[in-house]
Amino acid sequence: MNKAISVEHLKYAYPGVDDTPDIVVFEDLNLQIEQGSFVAILGGNGCGKSTLAKHFNSILLPCGGKVYVYGMDTSDEEKLIAVRRCTGMVFQNPDNQIVANVVEEDVAFGPENLGFASPEIRNRVDRALKQVGMYEYREHAPHLLSGGQKQRVAIAGVIAMEPKCIVLDEPTAMLDPRGRAEVMETITRLNAEKGITVILITHHMDEAAQAQRVVVLHGGKVAADGTPEEVFSQVELLHGIGLAAPDTVELCWELNKLGFDLPLSSLDPDDCAQILYERLKV
Amino acid sequence: MAPFLEVKNLTQKYSAGTPFEHTALDDVSFTLDRGEFIGVIGHTGSGKSTLMQHLNGLLKPDSGSVLLDGTDIWQDKKTTRQTRFRVGLVFQYPEYQLFEETVYKDIAFGPKNMGLDAAEIDRRVREATAAVGLDDALLTVSPFDLSGGQKRRVAIAGVLAMEPELLILDEPTAGLDPAGREEILSYIDGYRKAKHATIMMVSHSMGDVARMADRLIVMNRARIAFDAAPEQVFRHADELIKMGLDIPVLTRVFMKLKELGLPVEPVYTEKQAVAALCALRGGSADA
Repeated sequence: MNKAISVEHLKYAYPGVDDTPDIVVFEDLNLQIEQGSFVAILGGNGCGKSTLAKHFNSILLPCGGKVYVYGMDTSDEEKLIAVRRCTGMVFQNPDNQIVANVVEEDVAFGPENLGFASPEIRNRVDRALKQVGMYEYREHAPHLLSGGQKQRVAIAGVIAMEPKCIVLDEPTAMLDPRGRAEVMETITRLNAEKGITVILITHHMDEAAQAQRVVVLHGGKVAADGTPEEVFSQVELLHGIGLAAPDTVELCWELNKLGFDLPLSSLDPDDCAQILYERLKV
Repeated sequence: MAPFLEVKNLTQKYSAGTPFEHTALDDVSFTLDRGEFIGVIGHTGSGKSTLMQHLNGLLKPDSGSVLLDGTDIWQDKKTTRQTRFRVGLVFQYPEYQLFEETVYKDIAFGPKNMGLDAAEIDRRVREATAAVGLDDALLTVSPFDLSGGQKRRVAIAGVLAMEPELLILDEPTAGLDPAGREEILSYIDGYRKAKHATIMMVSHSMGDVARMADRLIVMNRARIAFDAAPEQVFRHADELIKMGLDIPVLTRVFMKLKELGLPVEPVYTEKQAVAALCALRGGSADA
């Protein structure tokens, strides 16, 4: 299988200030991400999620070990531009990522920097805006859009560069439920239809449940790795590291303590209701 | 006796008289009692933030009024100034507003502006620090050397140190992990109990508001759509969904169970769900 990203024995520490010691984030982290997959990375605040993400496009370089992006060593300076073309990043706050006064100009910023000719830029911008459902807003001012719309513009700005992989670092943290749904729908579709590898860093268990694979980081190590059903059924492990399972799994887990004997695999309300119904119907 | 806080026919328009005129609040009225925990929900643009800013005099009503203990907060300059101390506002991502050299100075900024003496300021800084679970040793550190979760707590402590009678928080748990969320919520509720203060919490997290609040105000298109206890509000699940809001996941589970034909009423917390399902199974919760 084709690897999008391969993390091998990664060591990383933030240098200490003055006489404070270095802050060690990773001592020996190993992780492989397949091309075309949709992976959610979960973990408590300070577990190294964002630090890891920044290794995926050479914003940070390993202190030891290697990170390969589509086979390219991220610490090889000659590969820097190629690496950054492969992986696009979307951050938490859309207001920090939008640079232009008009939506389409903002989306054009990336392809312009890649040095494409005007017609190609036009094509890419239109295509990207259509893919995130913001084409009708191409002549609008970004600051008058809702949070969810702004975040979709930021995503369009990334996909206009046609990366093979998008890394999203808590892209919905500042959005309301409607905005969150818009962003999740957009990235799920980009993954399914365009085959773009999606790496989603999130605190929302229900968002992670939509991924094909969930990786839980804790103390600089992989604490759990598997399908959402596999990972979220390990309720005790999650609680132990300050996380929680989706509400539906938590409910079944509480009920099991009272002798209900339910499976811990229901990630959505309808599923959960069905399981409870089977157990309780007369 | 006048209610603790009363909002009467409050209306607010932005860019009035221009083609961009937009009514942010349209004839909004309600009262708050001391010691209440109120959750405020509503999608982006429904008027939540505008409402918050009226309650401590950051915005002046186009029409209508805000009364604190029966006195209009805009009656005179002194009253408006006092209101800003009595009603504390914690904005979204308050950690971006830290600015002082040390954590101590940052938390002391509010009480200092209130003109309190050094001993009282010191008492308040230490009490607020403890109230948000921060170690005293951090008081001498630069706030910029702290982790995100610690910064958030320093910012909240800075508002608590003014000992507001009404504490308003906009998304206080956004961006925190589940354990961090629980902690912040328990500190907020602890402050309410210790000072018999009123809490108004704006949140998109239906689970959080459902669990913490005794009363919910739902904003929709510049008006109050619902103002009632959570169990009453979540009975209107379909209308809430139409307003672009979420309902708690467990409420959805129970709606489905009802649809499947089980005799259950909608619930919104895990405790209620467990109790209801145990009752249905027959026997008590410890069966």
